[in-house]
Amino acid sequence: MSGEWWIDILKAFIVGGAFCLIGQLLFDIAKLTPAHTMSIMVTAGSILGGFGIYAKLADWAGAGATLPIISFGNMLVLGALEGAKSDGFWGIWTGILGGVSAGIAASVFFAFVIALIFKPKT
Amino acid sequence: MVKKPKVASWYDPIIKSHGTPRPLAKNCLAAFCFGGALCAVAQFFQLLISQIAGVSDKDAAAIVMIIVIALAALLTGLGVFDKIAQQVGAGLAVPITGFANSIASSTLEFKSEGYVLGSGCNGFKLAGAVIFFGIGSAVVVALIALILGLV
Repeated sequence: MSGEWWIDILKAFIVGGAFCLIGQLLFDIAKLTPAHTMSIMVTAGSILGGFGIYAKLADWAGAGATLPIISFGNMLVLGALEGAKSDGFWGIWTGILGGVSAGIAASVFFAFVIALIFKPKT
Repeated sequence: MVKKPKVASWYDPIIKSHGTPRPLAKNCLAAFCFGGALCAVAQFFQLLISQIAGVSDKDAAAIVMIIVIALAALLTGLGVFDKIAQQVGAGLAVPITGFANSIASSTLEFKSEGYVLGSGCNGFKLAGAVIFFGIGSAVVVALIALILGLV
């Protein structure tokens, strides 16, 4: 951690905060449900990913761009395009889940552990 | 049935002043600050891990994401997640914490109907939408890129 490391953290704060702000506006002004908001954001992420815009943003903002759910769509597209690069059409299907593997695997596994340990609160 | 008077009466401003206005600005500020702080903390640990463990930025990002997901699931199990989410709204819903919470909460909620029919069949209630539209749109985008010869 040398040099201007705090600038990276500031960038992550601004970009991550901005995405959450957009999400809050979709909740409060557009009156969308969380499911609709998430679906729109993921779809937007894959479109931005297709243009290569999101990868540039992720380079610049680090976790500020990779932690929001929009990154999920971007990673799906990046995986699909990487597969397409090496294996053509069929590579889309084999490569698409590569990038999101950690997110899905961890979410499912820890959810299962939590369900084993805890009791529902209500 | 009480009918609302059509004409504005002297007590209208008083009613207005006592009602709770939609705290849009407050909600937005909370979402921005909390969501931003969450990403900033993640970025800090990402830099720290890549520096100490000597792993690549990509691996460090995955490690931090897995830890964040584990914490979100734990807070969901403890019943704390919803309380924080009520205060910060999208600040906790938009980052991967929202995705992790949606799976953890529905897995836990439907536990009473059994691990297979309850947790297993209902775990992806909200996350299913994310995966459904994510993969759907990603395939379309990748196909367009392939057809246009951009790959």
